[in-house]
Amino acid sequence: MNMETVLLLRQEISILIIALLLLIFEIFAGDRQKEGVVSLTIILFALHTGIGFLDMKEGLLFGGMFRTNALIHLFKNILNIGVLIVLLQSAEWVKRELVPQHRGSEFFILLLSSLLGLQFLISSGDFLMFYLGLELSTLPLAALSAFEMYRRRSSEAGIKLILSSALASGITLFGISLMYASTGTIYFAEMGTLISENNLTVMALILFFAGLGFKISLVPFHFWTADVYEGAPIGVASYLSVISKGAAVFILMIFFFTVLKPLIHLWENLFYLLAVLTMFLGNLFALRQQNMKRFLAFSSIAQAGFILLGLITGTTLGVATVIYFVLIYIFSNLAAFGVVQAISTETGKENMRDYEGLYRTNPKLSLVMMLGLFSLAGIPPVAGFFGKFFLFTAAASKGYYFLVFLAVVNVTISLYYYLLVVRAMFLRKSDHPIPHFTNALYMRIGLVITVVGILALGLYSPIYDYIYALSNTLN
Amino acid sequence: MDILSLFIVVPLLTVLVLLTARSLKQARMIALIGTLVQVAMSVNLLFAYLRERAVSDELMLFTRDLVWFRDFNIHYSVGVDGISVALLMLTALVVLAGVFISWKMEELPKEFFISLIVLSTGVYGFFISLDLFLMFVFFEIAVIPMFLLIGIWGSGPREYAAMKLTLMLMGASAVLLVGILGIYFNSGAGGGPLTFNILEIAEVQIPVEAQKLFFPLTFIGFAVIGALFPFHTWSPDGHASAPTAVSMLHAGVLMKLGGYGVFRVAMYLMPEGTLHWSWFFIVLATFGVIYGAFAAIRQTDLKYINAYSSVSHLGLVLFALLMLNKTAWNGAIIQSLSHGFMTALFFALIGMIYERTHTRDVTKLGGLLKVIPFISATYVIAGLASLGLPGFSGFVAEMNIFVGAFQHPEIPYRIASIFAVSAIVVTAVYILRVVGMMLMGPLKENSITPMEKATWYEKTGILLMLLPIIGIGVAPLWLSEMILESIQPFIQGVL
Repeated sequence: MNMETVLLLRQEISILIIALLLLIFEIFAGDRQKEGVVSLTIILFALHTGIGFLDMKEGLLFGGMFRTNALIHLFKNILNIGVLIVLLQSAEWVKRELVPQHRGSEFFILLLSSLLGLQFLISSGDFLMFYLGLELSTLPLAALSAFEMYRRRSSEAGIKLILSSALASGITLFGISLMYASTGTIYFAEMGTLISENNLTVMALILFFAGLGFKISLVPFHFWTADVYEGAPIGVASYLSVISKGAAVFILMIFFFTVLKPLIHLWENLFYLLAVLTMFLGNLFALRQQNMKRFLAFSSIAQAGFILLGLITGTTLGVATVIYFVLIYIFSNLAAFGVVQAISTETGKENMRDYEGLYRTNPKLSLVMMLGLFSLAGIPPVAGFFGKFFLFTAAASKGYYFLVFLAVVNVTISLYYYLLVVRAMFLRKSDHPIPHFTNALYMRIGLVITVVGILALGLYSPIYDYIYALSNTLN
Repeated sequence: MDILSLFIVVPLLTVLVLLTARSLKQARMIALIGTLVQVAMSVNLLFAYLRERAVSDELMLFTRDLVWFRDFNIHYSVGVDGISVALLMLTALVVLAGVFISWKMEELPKEFFISLIVLSTGVYGFFISLDLFLMFVFFEIAVIPMFLLIGIWGSGPREYAAMKLTLMLMGASAVLLVGILGIYFNSGAGGGPLTFNILEIAEVQIPVEAQKLFFPLTFIGFAVIGALFPFHTWSPDGHASAPTAVSMLHAGVLMKLGGYGVFRVAMYLMPEGTLHWSWFFIVLATFGVIYGAFAAIRQTDLKYINAYSSVSHLGLVLFALLMLNKTAWNGAIIQSLSHGFMTALFFALIGMIYERTHTRDVTKLGGLLKVIPFISATYVIAGLASLGLPGFSGFVAEMNIFVGAFQHPEIPYRIASIFAVSAIVVTAVYILRVVGMMLMGPLKENSITPMEKATWYEKTGILLMLLPIIGIGVAPLWLSEMILESIQPFIQGVL
């Protein structure tokens, strides 16, 4: 392993090092110092995130199995920022619930392994690495979902996730083998030139897509989402909803926009259909949810439908708008999840009814929540609006006006349920509102980062320009 | 800082300062100072505009253009013509009056004034935008605070009204988004780059097929907020539940975005689409004019009467715009202004009456002229202005509209005009009915208890609305001239 290899694998290696350091810390720390694991993880990971922004060279490793370039590097940085926020927001919960049971470092190590898997996934240059990454990212998540072992719902979530993900990755594997059968290679670079349209590849394409559709929770692969989000610890649910979904979108984009580009006339129909189904089902199911985690689960399904509007294009504009949307979505969704996490950690309450009158007791939390929800709903001037508008522009650039029309109908439906939460917090008065409380430092930092992101990502246009400039490199 | 961007910066600064307010007194003082500055700015803009117009023959004055999103060719691009200047004046005055009317806002005063001013920022921004994207952003910024304003400070079925209003208006803006994207992707038809800039798109001939497809989307997207029949249903419920200042701002200013957007975007950019679809929307608008007037007769709640009257009056704006000649257009814009002041005045007065009698039901009121003479007398004046009595702004507006409308060469359009004119008579019925029942006659139970006379802040608020109504009515020429000059490019483009 020479220096160049190390540099190209920098992100992965540094995550690995953090995970190992945490293991060592767990061994040597006394009972009193156990709580330090939280701060240690956050500081180390913040360093890792910061270092990630240093320039990285382009290159292939292990005979093309692993590749990296500026765009992939950007993907990883986006994921790092998201995970950092998740860590900050979970810190207090870990301190209160897990550290007394000596399971604090376990939680972080598993979370980091999953992130490591995702990083390998989006860096994959062949199906072997792809599959390794996919599995490495999913298996720890099943353990994490079941982390609150004493709660039945949590164990149920773990089982649900592992079973449905096993099924999904089985199907993907079948798709991969069919693709190998039709082209004779597992390397993406060669496959792009060898692939041709026949029944076998169509079959392979659909089966392969199923596995990623599962991770993005597209309809009809969404059944696990609501139950798992509801049962899993909130930090894990938010990780599932933004990080693992975001990474899956990235690899889907890389694969479909390069390798499967010749078959675009096939998969654009598939995406069209799934976009419509996902948006409508996600939104309609979200309307009646009372539990905030289930509510956000269906909202995140609907958001995945919107992402397909950018993916359907297969153009540079599509790449740029999808990345931009995912980036904004990470901040918006984490703002909402962060508030749910804060309230749940403090009071254990997770229902929409409990939020009634929240503004009068906890105005700041309510405002963060409102900003997050407005961003998810796509109301200017917060970032979500820009993300959605540009996605729709991308779809319209290929002439999909009717699809855009269906999407804006869905935006209006989604606005209704986002406003239900705003209504509970601002309009309603309650006899037993959640009492005023002060958040822990890490939680506050986590929320402030999301708010800054929500406000800045849209209005400050150089961010989009930067993403657009990099998107050119995909094709 | 250029003269137009101040209209966005000053309200935002006001909001920031408001965040530090600790009591009702502080909040309303800050809001008052902020809105006073805005009025001063709009007066200054008016004079600057008149000075500049004398020497310049640019379409838009005080333009400023900064690149925002380079790849989409989205710019921060602002500029005004006579129409926007007049509407900015209206906005500034109504917001100021709204602050006076909300002088005793006890519940969450800081948040109330913040929402109010955010709303007005959206409106200012909308009127000065020359970029479709920017315009759309401000459009939504103007709408969304309504949810909180009605939902938190409203009365009656406030949650229902707030949700209905927000969803209908945001739904409309969603439809508008498709229309705007359609315009954007056809703006390169002349061989140039795709653009959101209104002036640049106006130079381009958008393909006729695209115009036919996207005109109705754009038109409906804007017209819903202008209470086009049958999409007006959000308006009566919204008005009835909203607190006084919000009703004022809403009917007085926010609903004007509809007519302005229809004129500036849908009709200006898609003239063939306008010709193709005008008959259809004329039917809807005429129906709205008559329906609104008759519905107002049947109502007993003062706010509902006024809300339906707004549907009727604003239907007239859309009606006049679609008549496609400059006299009618001139009338439409004066009607927007006139209706803005009148209806804001009405809602302010209704709020005051409600505070004193605790009812808005006209059948339970009587003889108010004897107990609260100032408020009642102003109500009569506003009523007379609303039914188009010469000497008030309503007359100037409606005169222009109908003189213009009858010039339309085709018979069906003239028939529509006859129907629309008849609504004026109905207007007289519902206004005089209210005046007779509520202000004249014997005192009724609700009115007997001794009532507070109008306070100084209420009188100030009233006068702010009343003076322009009389001003436009007595001296309409300078306003007409300013508007007619600005209509020229539309005449060249559309007719």
